[in-house]
Amino acid sequence: MVETHPDTLVDRRLVKAHLIAALVFLAVGLLGGLLYSLQLLQHYPLAGIEIFSAGRIRMVHTASVAYGFIVNGFLGALNWAVPRLTGNRTCHRYLGWFIFVAWQVILLASAVGIMFGYAQGVEWAETPVFIDPVVVLGLILVAVHFLAPIMRTGDRNLYVSLWYFSVAFIWTIFVYIMGNYFPEFFVPGAAGAALAGLFIHDLVGLLVTPLGWGLMYYFVPILLRKPIWSHGLSLIGFWGLAFFYPLNGIHHFFYSPIPMYLQYGAIIATIAVELIVTTVIVNFFITLGRQWGLLGARIALRWFYMGMILYFITCLQCSFHTTLTFQKIIHFSDWVVGHAHLVMFGVFGFWIFGMINYLWPRVTGHEWYSTRLNEWHYWITVISLWVMVIDLTAAGLVQGFMWRALAPWEETLKASMPFWLIRSISGTTIIIAQGLYLYNVWQTARGRSARRPQEAAPAAGAA
Amino acid sequence: MEKFRTIFLVAGIALFAFSVLVMGVLPWLSFKDEPILTVEQLAQKMTTDFVDLSERYPESFKKHYGEVSSASYAEALELGRKIYVREACWHCHSQYIRPVSNEDKRWGPVSEALEYQNVLQMPPLFGTRRVGPDLIREAGRRSNDWHVAHFHNPVDVVPTSVMPSYPWFFDKDGQPNKQGLAIVTYVQWLGSWLADKPAAPAEEKAA
Repeated sequence: MVETHPDTLVDRRLVKAHLIAALVFLAVGLLGGLLYSLQLLQHYPLAGIEIFSAGRIRMVHTASVAYGFIVNGFLGALNWAVPRLTGNRTCHRYLGWFIFVAWQVILLASAVGIMFGYAQGVEWAETPVFIDPVVVLGLILVAVHFLAPIMRTGDRNLYVSLWYFSVAFIWTIFVYIMGNYFPEFFVPGAAGAALAGLFIHDLVGLLVTPLGWGLMYYFVPILLRKPIWSHGLSLIGFWGLAFFYPLNGIHHFFYSPIPMYLQYGAIIATIAVELIVTTVIVNFFITLGRQWGLLGARIALRWFYMGMILYFITCLQCSFHTTLTFQKIIHFSDWVVGHAHLVMFGVFGFWIFGMINYLWPRVTGHEWYSTRLNEWHYWITVISLWVMVIDLTAAGLVQGFMWRALAPWEETLKASMPFWLIRSISGTTIIIAQGLYLYNVWQTARGRSARRPQEAAPAAGAA
Repeated sequence: MEKFRTIFLVAGIALFAFSVLVMGVLPWLSFKDEPILTVEQLAQKMTTDFVDLSERYPESFKKHYGEVSSASYAEALELGRKIYVREACWHCHSQYIRPVSNEDKRWGPVSEALEYQNVLQMPPLFGTRRVGPDLIREAGRRSNDWHVAHFHNPVDVVPTSVMPSYPWFFDKDGQPNKQGLAIVTYVQWLGSWLADKPAAPAEEKAA
C-alpha cells in the first residue's frame, strides 16, 4: 500500500500544464478539422494560401488531436496516477518538465513543418522526417520517466493500470521507429504498406488504447469507491489486447496487393479483439452495477462510461467492417472517417474530458466554476459527436454503393454534399461546446469559485 | 502474469516482436528477391505526356528542366512525388485498384504487388480515402492541358470538384512553374508502365 501521502508525490503544476496543453491542441485540432470540412463544401476561407492549403491543414488536424490533445491529456493524467499507484515519485521532477517542454516544441515544429511542406507520406506519421529522431528520443524519456517509479516497486504484483502503462511506452518507441523509418527508407511497395498499416493501427492500439484503459482502471474504481468486479477478466483483457491487437495492422489495406493470407490473418485477429474488448466492457459495467444514479451525479464518470459505450460500438463496427464483404462497399468512404472520429474523439477524447473534470479542481484547488456549463459541454459534445458519426457512416454507405454502381464521380460528390454540410454543422457545435468548457476551465483556474477542501485520505489504493 | 518483468518481456517485447514478424517481416520476405527499381530505371520508359509538356510550355520547361531526357524526366518524377506527399494528395486519392466493386471497370486493371516495388513507393502511397478518384491508372487518361487547368482551379474544369486550387504551381503569367510541370509529370506517370499505355518513341527522347 501507499505509505507516503500521495499528494506529496504528485507535481500538480506539471499535471496542470499538460492538461492546459491538451486543451490548446484540442482547439487547434478542432479548428483545423472545421477548416478542412469547409474545403469539402467548396467554401474554404483560406484558399490559395500555400501554408494553409486544405491538404496540409488536414494533417495538422490529425497530428494536433492525436499527439497534442490525446497524448498531452494522457501525460497529465499519468503524472497524477503513476506516483499514486506506485507510491513513488516519477523519475525526476525536472525530467517531467523537460518532457513537457520538449513535447510542445515537437508538436509546434511538426505543425509548422507540415504547413511549410515537409510532411512525411505515412498516415498518422506526417511529422517531418527530420523531427522523428527527436520524437523517438522524447518517447524514450517518457518511458524512463514513468517506468522508473514502476520498477522501483520491486517484485510485487502490479495493479492492472500499471500493466498497461508498463508496455505502452516501450511499444510506442518500437512502433514509432517501425512506422516512420522502415516504409520511408527500407521497405517499398506492398511490404512497406503492410508496415504502414501496422503503424496506423499500432498508434491507436498500442499507445492510445493501453494508456486509455489503464487510466480507466485507475479512475473508475476511485469514483465508484469500489474495486473492479473481476480480476480474471482484467487479466483476459490485458493479455488478449497484447496478443491480438498488434496483429491487426493489415486490415487497413484489404484487397490490396499485400499477400492475401496476411489479410485473412488480420481479419481473424480483428474479430478476436472485439471479443476481448467485450470482456473488458462487461467487467466495467458489472463494476458499475445498478449505481446508474452515479452517472447522473458525477460528470467525470458519465464521460468515462459514455466513452466505453462508444468504444464497444467502435469495436463492434470494426468487427463487421473488417470483413471482406463490408470492405467492398465501405473502404475508401466516409464510413471510415466516421469510425476514426468515433474512436479518437468519442472514446479517448471523452475519457480525457472525464479526467480533466476530475483532476482540474484537484490541481487548481478550486471547485468547478460552473457545473451547469459542464453539463452543457457534455450534452452538446455527445449529441454532436453522435450526429457526426451517424452522418458520416450514412455518407459512407451512399458513396460506397454509388461507386460500385459506377455512378460518375461528380454525382457521388453531389450526393455527399448534404452529408458534408451536416458534418461541418456538427463540428461547429462541438467547437461551441468546447468554447464553453474552456471558459469554465479558465474561470476555475482563476479562482472564481469556492476553494476545495483538502483531501483527508489517500484516494487511490493498489490492488 | 502480474509482475513488471513478465509483463515487460512477454507483452512488451515478445508479443510485439511476434506481430512484426507476422505482419511486417512475412510480407517483406514475399518480395525481398524482387529488385527495387530506382527513379533512373523507371525513367527509362518516358511518357509521351512529358514530351508534350516540353512542347506546350517550352520556356518554363527549358528554364527548369532543360532538355527532354531520362535524367530530366527522373528529376520531374521525383519532385512530383514530393509535391504529391507534401500537399497530402494521397489523403484524398488512393493508388490501388481493388478486384471488387467494379473498380477495374471504372479505372483499369487490378493493382499487382510488383507495380509498387520501386523507390517512388517509399513510403507506399496506397491511401485510405477516396474523396477524389483513384489515380494509379491516371496516365494518359486526360490531357496535360486538362491537368494544368485543373491544378490551377479545379472547379473551372469540374464544377462539383472539392479539390483545392494550387496557385503556387504557376508563374505570374499563368504558366506552370517547376512544381506545376513536376506534379503533372508525376500524375501522368501513374500507370504508364502498363503495356497498353504508349511510351515516347526513342527519337523524341533524344531530341
